[in-house]
This record gives sequence, structure tokens and C-alpha cells, in this order.
Amino acid sequence: MIKEKDRHNRDMVCVNESTLTHQWYHNLKYLAAGIIFGIIFVKAEVISWFRIQEMFRLQSFHMYGIIGSAVLVGMISVMLIKKFKIKTIYGEPITLTPKKFNKGQIYGGLIFGFGWAITGACPGPLFAQIGTGALAVSVTLLSAVAGTWVYGYFRDQLPH
Amino acid sequence: MLEIIKEPWPWYIAGPLIGLTVPALLIMGNKSFGISSSLRHICAACIPANVNFFKYDWKKEAWNLFFVLGIFFGGMIAANFLLNPAEITVNPDLKAELAGYGITDYSHLVPVQLMSFENLLTLKGFLIMVAGGFLVGFGTRYAGGCTSGHAIMGLSNLQWPSLVATICFMIGGFLMANIILPVILSL
Repeated sequence: MIKEKDRHNRDMVCVNESTLTHQWYHNLKYLAAGIIFGIIFVKAEVISWFRIQEMFRLQSFHMYGIIGSAVLVGMISVMLIKKFKIKTIYGEPITLTPKKFNKGQIYGGLIFGFGWAITGACPGPLFAQIGTGALAVSVTLLSAVAGTWVYGYFRDQLPH
Repeated sequence: MLEIIKEPWPWYIAGPLIGLTVPALLIMGNKSFGISSSLRHICAACIPANVNFFKYDWKKEAWNLFFVLGIFFGGMIAANFLLNPAEITVNPDLKAELAGYGITDYSHLVPVQLMSFENLLTLKGFLIMVAGGFLVGFGTRYAGGCTSGHAIMGLSNLQWPSLVATICFMIGGFLMANIILPVILSL
């Protein structure tokens, strides 16, 4: 049996709960962040199936440059946030939850890698692709939701 | 200015901007960057079906759904107002390989000759759109995150399990793109 604590840790849901209660419209700032993010996705061709094929055939540096520089900027930002104990705009401390290793990161990682190369999209780009008018991708998104559901259903039988 | 925006953006502009999403979400409300969780929240909201994994208060994670809705709108805005009408330029080797499978249309970011509603009824289209999507949803949740949650957020926070996951994403992708996908595309 999986202990409740482990389950919580592995799921990474509701781990960074705010003690403040916000009206729904406070979520609009995440909508705005998403819009900017989606525009970058399209403009840098990150959501292009062709760019993903190039990446996995080592035919272009583009995607490696994007992921590499994104990680670098993210790393520096997290370092600065920790060093200067930067708070959220609501004045709450920023907390980062460590990720715990389990075998799911290997099995699931490989499975996602297969899917990434077939569809040319990770979950974020799926939403952006549909936005650009590639409506058939909504089938892929629904199928991804189904995949998530099936994982949830069989979770306790799968090796972790 | 608009002309510059309409050109495809180079990696050294787009990459750092994507990286800035990490501190932006943390500062906005202590949120850890991660997109695949949205798929789980959709399950929890629409079809929890008494599965333990989906029994939680998804409304507390609503920010994530707002974020992905934003990505959808962002895609819409970029495609309608900011897009360069020129075809995407890809490596000539890839172009030659894909031409062998009958993929010659570079007018969209996705290959419309593979991904269309008509193709859903063919084995190739089914494998690419339906089976591929299923693997993305199943795999990301099994791994506990996707490119954003593990490769970008996890590595930014120096989490070694995320490095393991990222390496596995890449191994899976290399195997699929170079060994299995060519078989599917030849169907």
C-alpha cells in the first residue's frame, strides 16, 4: 500500500497552497501569462511538429538552444529567488517542493518521449496548436486526457 | 517593429523568455511551472469516476487551467496577427526524408497531410493522433511532469529526478523518431 504522505508527495498537487483566499478573477493574471507563453510558442516554432522531428534527428540546434537557455534562465531565477527570499506579489514566501524519485520517471518518461516524437507536441503545445487553427489536434488533446485518466485508474497496479 | 515580431523568433530570444515563466509564476502566486497537470485537473473536474487519483479539490488548481486557456488564446493571437506567411524552413535532410512519406506541405506548423479529421479513419492517422496523444497523457502523468514541469521547472530547481525524467523523454523521443515513426509513416 502507498502511504498517504507518499501519495501526496508524488502527485505534486495542492502542495503550494496559498493561505489567502482569492476571488476567481485573480486567476486572470495566469491567463495573461499563458497568452504571452502561447505567443512565444508559436513565434519560436516550438509547437511545430517539424521542429520536434529535427530535434530528435539532431538536424537542428534550435530546440536544444530553446530548452537549454530556458533552463539556464530558470535556474538563475530560482537561485535569486532563494538568495533574496523574494516573496509573491501577495507577500507570501515562495516555496519549492523537492521532487521525489520513483521509477515512474523512467517508465513514464520513456512513454512520454514516444508520444512527444509521434505527435510533435508536449501538453503545452497541444493547446497552442489548437489555437492556431489545427483543430484536428483537439483529438490528440482529448486522447491525452484519456491517457491521463487511464493512468489514474491503473496507478496502483503500475510499478513506481 | 511589427515586421520584426512577424519573423520567426530565434532560440536565444524565445528560450530565455520561456525560462522567465518560472519566476513569473512563482512571484504571481507561488505556482510551480507545469502544464501536464492541467490534463489531470480536467479529469478531476469532468470524469473523476471515484478514482482516488482524481479525488481532490481541482478548483484550488484552477490557475493551471487559466494558464493553458491562455496558451490556447496565445496560439490564436499569434496565428492570426503575428504570423509570417512564409513556410517554415527545416533541414533539407528532413525535407527529403518526409517527402518519401508524402509529407510535402509546410504551410502549417503541424503536417496537415498527417493531422486532419479525414485521416483519423486511417491507421496512420489514428496511430499519430489518437495513440500518440494517449502516450503523451499517460506518460507525462506516470513521469509526474512533462517538458515544463521536469525539464524546465525541475532542472531550474536542480532536482535530479527531473534530470532522470528529461533524459528518458529524450531517449524515448530518439527511439520513436528514428526507429518506430518511420515505420508508422510508411503505412
